[in-house]
Amino acid sequence: MATPILMPALSPTMTEGTIVRWLKREGERIRPGEVIAEIETDKATMELEAVDEGVLGKILVPAGTEHVAVNTPIALLLEDGEEIAPAERQAAATVGGSPVAAAAAPTASAAIEPAAPAVVAPHARAEAEDEEPEIPPGTEMVRMTVREALRDAMAEEMRRDPTVFLMGEEVGHYQGAYKVSQGLLEEFGEKRVIDTPITEYGFTGLAVGAAFGGLRPILEFMTWNFAMQAIDHIVNSAAKTLYMSGGQLACPIVFRGPNGAAARVAAQHSQDFSSWYAHCPGLKVIAPWSAADAKGLLKAAIRDPNPVIFLENEILYGHSFDVPKTDDFVLPIGRAKVVRRGRHVTVTAFSRMVEIALAAAETLAREGIEAEVIDLRTLRPLDRATVVRSIQKTNRLVSVEEGWPVCGIGAELAAIAMEEAFDWLDAPVVRVTGKDVPMPYAANLERMALPQVEDVVAAVKAVCYRR
Amino acid sequence: MTAARKSRRPEAGSAATVATSEEKLPPLDKLLAFYRDMLLIRRFEEKAGQLYGMGLIGGFCHLYIGQEAVATGIVHALAEGDSIITSYRDHGHMLVCGMDPRRVMAELTGRVTGYSKGKGGSMHMFARERGFYGGHGIVGAPVPLGTGLAFAHKYRGDGHICATFFGEGAANQGQVYEAFNMAALWKLPVLYVIENNRYAMGTPLTRATASTELYRRGEAFAIPGDQVDGMNVIAVYNRAVEAVAHVRDHGPFILEALTYRYRGHSMSDPAKYRTREEVEQYRKYHDPIEQLRRLLLEKNLVDEGRLRDIDREIRDIVNEAARFAQDSPEPEPDELWTDVYVEA
Repeated sequence: MATPILMPALSPTMTEGTIVRWLKREGERIRPGEVIAEIETDKATMELEAVDEGVLGKILVPAGTEHVAVNTPIALLLEDGEEIAPAERQAAATVGGSPVAAAAAPTASAAIEPAAPAVVAPHARAEAEDEEPEIPPGTEMVRMTVREALRDAMAEEMRRDPTVFLMGEEVGHYQGAYKVSQGLLEEFGEKRVIDTPITEYGFTGLAVGAAFGGLRPILEFMTWNFAMQAIDHIVNSAAKTLYMSGGQLACPIVFRGPNGAAARVAAQHSQDFSSWYAHCPGLKVIAPWSAADAKGLLKAAIRDPNPVIFLENEILYGHSFDVPKTDDFVLPIGRAKVVRRGRHVTVTAFSRMVEIALAAAETLAREGIEAEVIDLRTLRPLDRATVVRSIQKTNRLVSVEEGWPVCGIGAELAAIAMEEAFDWLDAPVVRVTGKDVPMPYAANLERMALPQVEDVVAAVKAVCYRR
Repeated sequence: MTAARKSRRPEAGSAATVATSEEKLPPLDKLLAFYRDMLLIRRFEEKAGQLYGMGLIGGFCHLYIGQEAVATGIVHALAEGDSIITSYRDHGHMLVCGMDPRRVMAELTGRVTGYSKGKGGSMHMFARERGFYGGHGIVGAPVPLGTGLAFAHKYRGDGHICATFFGEGAANQGQVYEAFNMAALWKLPVLYVIENNRYAMGTPLTRATASTELYRRGEAFAIPGDQVDGMNVIAVYNRAVEAVAHVRDHGPFILEALTYRYRGHSMSDPAKYRTREEVEQYRKYHDPIEQLRRLLLEKNLVDEGRLRDIDREIRDIVNEAARFAQDSPEPEPDELWTDVYVEA
């Protein structure tokens, strides 16, 4: 019987990919270790090597096909002298594009996470009643991923200001460890797109020094986990020098990169640093969810004369949203956004947790609870007014974050609710957070460690005194 | 230049040998500027020590007494527009850079007229108009920061360099080598000056590292280095002129200055780690100001009267700085909340 060759998962967060080209033709012999195809993932173009020996019997997914889900059979491998059975021929005919419904791979034993749910367009939701819409009605929108939005933000600002440059590990020739800086080296050259050695402490200090010297660095951390080696320069050098110099020496710099849990990369590579940096005066801290916010806020961060911590999320990189089609879309730092209106409970979230909060709100709506979901977007300065105004309307607050509970963003929000909205509260504030443990690797434990939709639903019901 | 050589540190107890025939003598106006700057640092630091004892200066206060020749010789070899950065033993560098002694002293006393409006203190002063970028309190941190200032010079193509000072204690920090690596890789115009005053707080170099020839610490990155008697301002200046030329044309260079601090690490140092005799030997035979004074007189370059005039002038400047620093008001309470962010 023919053995199917499956679309492989080539990165922890890959759910689908593109078959760039086949390097073997049908009927050709292949040996283990030989490269048979090139596959483009969310991060890079990778070579697919054959595992078994045989003859490439049939290519099921032709070159150029996009959105091929992981574990889809993409080709059939025959043993010597074997023919393709008619049934398999038929099955093959139904595959070849996306979505691939018949993808249930017979040999796949690993459970595959379902593809990310379709993103709710944030602009379909109302803005806060008393505010001008951030995107004027009639603005032409274009669909793009968070990854592309971040890249465009950097490219536009680099075109605008010659003192802006990008520095980090693999930002140039590799095109970005997560492909965020794709194409920037080609446009701006090695002077302004600078690959560093793997020395976070050193290159962070160097970039801060360059900012003292009047440049505007964008410093990419491959992930924020590695920035712990550099936190001395972020806090002691970048955040405090303006104050220590009596206002003389500013540090206009953006520190950016993926933050929080990715998927199945365990404790040292899955940590949310939001509250660490939000704790520090002198820093601004941004953690966007949608592509439009990612673009508008990154542009604002690059133009800001202060050090800005820009917390991205690896899982969101591939998610698509509508983004205004203009190269001058800049959003104000320090303003939260009501992404879903409701009157029974306020749910705050940021970064990927906005998705969880919105999904929970959808579930709750079916049970008659209308949750107001606020995307905090900026964690320092925190938009207290928007949160308090919402609590005054709903009288309840549930905060959702991926980070640990102790001294977290939720703790801060609970304090704000007490200090500024105590008389309006009808229930104690409830925090939905990551569990107070290092991130486990096992799939079931990892899921338990992170806030899930059902956790938010349960928390909302608790503050609404509903079962 | 990187070959091992005999140490340039003066032997304790040996007679001072300033301006030996091997040192080219800079012009008289330079020599007098050295004398004036070193004396200003010495008198300023003595005054700061007094004010500290009177409770007018608080916290950490690291005096530069004994090391005057290093900052003086290096800074005089720089050009207008070059950058300077150092760590927390920084008063001397600020004064040689031409920062106002009154405002430096006022910062020490925590007054609003200080360079940082009283919010930085001894370790945190800056004067961008003088090319002085601090004043940093974390051991080793100025090294990548200074490398970044050099990066900015190169990015702009302005032809300037950054002189980055740090101590022999900082020379064992990991971030120093991360910075060396990038400076060499990108040929950044940075002069690393290691002020080897023998003791990292109370730990002598030989108890902190097996590799004590610090000017060779760049060899792994192909950064050349040299060692100089840091008690001899003429030698420091001459080596610095060569080093600066190398940096402008070729990239990073390491200059290790062998020096000595007479006072404790900070004002609260009990100095149990060295003998009184050792300090006396340096004072008596290797004092950088005394060496230069003797040279100026022995070579009949100036008469005693001229030097007395300079001494008097410096005393007046320092007394005026102390008066200014005591008479200036503390910052207004509102200052607590300013300068956290630049308003966009």
